[in-house]
Amino acid sequence: MGNTGFSLNVPELSVAKGESVLLLGESGSGKSTLLSLICGTILPSSGTVQIAAQDITTLSAGQRDKFRAEQIGVIFQQFNLLPFCTVGDNILLPLRFAPERRKRAQDPTAQAAHLCTALGLPSDVLTAKATALSVGQQQRVAVARALIGQPPIIVADEPTSALDANSQAAFLDLLFAQTAENDAALLMVSHDPRLGERFDRVVQMEDVAQIQRGET
Amino acid sequence: MIFGLAIASLFARALTVGMTILAIAVSVALFLSVETVRTGAKASFADTISGTDLIVGARSGSVQLLLYSVFRIGNATNNVTWQSYQDIAARPEVDWIVPISLGDSHRQFRVMGTTKAFFDHYKYRQGRSLEVSDGLIMDDLFDTVIGADVAATLDYSVGDPIVVAHGLASFSQHKDQPFRVSGILEKTGTPVDRTIIVSMEAIEAIHVDWQGGAQVQGQATPVDEIRQMDLQPSAITAALVGVKSPLQTFRLQRAINEYSKEPLLAVLPGVALQELWGIVGIAETALLAVSSMVVVTALIGMMATIFSSLNERRREMAVFRAMGARPMTILSMLILEAMLMAALGALLGMALLYVGLVIAQPILDSAFGLWLPIDPPSMREVWVVLAVIAAGAIVSMVPALRAYRLSVADGMMVKT
Repeated sequence: MGNTGFSLNVPELSVAKGESVLLLGESGSGKSTLLSLICGTILPSSGTVQIAAQDITTLSAGQRDKFRAEQIGVIFQQFNLLPFCTVGDNILLPLRFAPERRKRAQDPTAQAAHLCTALGLPSDVLTAKATALSVGQQQRVAVARALIGQPPIIVADEPTSALDANSQAAFLDLLFAQTAENDAALLMVSHDPRLGERFDRVVQMEDVAQIQRGET
Repeated sequence: MIFGLAIASLFARALTVGMTILAIAVSVALFLSVETVRTGAKASFADTISGTDLIVGARSGSVQLLLYSVFRIGNATNNVTWQSYQDIAARPEVDWIVPISLGDSHRQFRVMGTTKAFFDHYKYRQGRSLEVSDGLIMDDLFDTVIGADVAATLDYSVGDPIVVAHGLASFSQHKDQPFRVSGILEKTGTPVDRTIIVSMEAIEAIHVDWQGGAQVQGQATPVDEIRQMDLQPSAITAALVGVKSPLQTFRLQRAINEYSKEPLLAVLPGVALQELWGIVGIAETALLAVSSMVVVTALIGMMATIFSSLNERRREMAVFRAMGARPMTILSMLILEAMLMAALGALLGMALLYVGLVIAQPILDSAFGLWLPIDPPSMREVWVVLAVIAAGAIVSMVPALRAYRLSVADGMMVKT
């Protein structure tokens, strides 16, 4: 599977419905490339990427974008929110690109409020500016955004790295509780092996993906 | 869908966006004001004289004749003798003829000698006649009728005395023969507003003791004696002529131009105006070109602002991509932002134009006699706004395409 400057060979990686998987790897081990492949923003030079029984490599770029919007909730490491939008706008953002997901959410604003409450955010947070929140609160808003409309897969790229140990534990509690409530699969990338015990399965990056540098 | 996001994004960068919008607004205001002044000046000039078929003066240029006789701009190089004037007046084609004698002034305003027929035949703004707002048309030899601006600027009212100065911007005054304001004219928006009108005889009367442009030393003929004198002028500056039938205009014009006793020139006011537009047309085009370049510069400034914001917005774009936005959505959003900025700039520019017009209208009127009407926006202004928005969209394509390429390359992961 290719990217400019190096190639990533992933013989097989599968995540079951509702399963939580921690993908452990050092910096430069190709984690981000793997996530981009799963999310369909880059294509493999060979092989397939199957999500919810759909081989996304057969889709056009536009279809892959729509597929991602409908099926995948993404949580970044940091700088996750649009700073100029309110918390509510940030949470509802993926629904703008995913009509099916919007239908699933039924009453998006009510669901956003419900998610915020469940994630321990203040009740009036929806109208607050994203930048007015603490880093921990911002990450919880990012979780709410990933979960809205019940996408079957949640992809998280080191979402706890900007949090201290206590906040990390609390954040993971909430993340697990909410993904379980939605019966969503959780694929989280991290370089911190201590988080492993909380996941159904821990996968070492080097076990599933080999990097070959100098090739394309 | 992305409209609200574009607005929110613009608000988040209020200061730089505000500066960009202001630059566009000022440039659009400049462009529109050039056009407004241009059309206003044309309309103002064209409205100054109507109903006059020919203007007759000493042979010079037709534009020069028009400018000094009607607009009081510049001076005549020569006079027309009274004999020639009478010869023209006696021609069968002539319906009416009004002599004009210029050369003296009062403060910054010009004094014009004419006959009462001037008030009957001088028409402006599609045939409107001069009306006296206060007092009467001059009756006595030393009566004067003043324009609305003269009265307003010098705070004159009926009955006030006026001492006419010899020549223009001259220190020598005809103080032995003071005039009296007999009437004040209604505002016309023409050079008449800034003119002091006296009779032809009065012009002769104040020059009784003058020879060769200077007062004869020690000579001061009493006013009562002047009143008894034959004050028929020996020369006039120009004459306005109306013909009996429009078909005779060209015949009369040719006859005057071929008048053998004196080199004369007869021009059709409309034709002379066209000639004037031909001369100023190049300057107009240059002015329009420069002001449109200012608009282009402001739009390029906007392009630079969008460009410089791209790097700091890569994470924002990555978030959009992760949420399922297509690169085309990112491109559209940037173009939409640019169009919003251009639209706001253009509308603010139009608002600035109106504010400027409200402030400048009385100043331009009193200083240059240029009356700029404040009309609601015409289709032209609407087209300018639309053109600026379209141009904004076009110039924003450059940074938007760069953002498109960046968002394709970055995907959800920003590699900075």
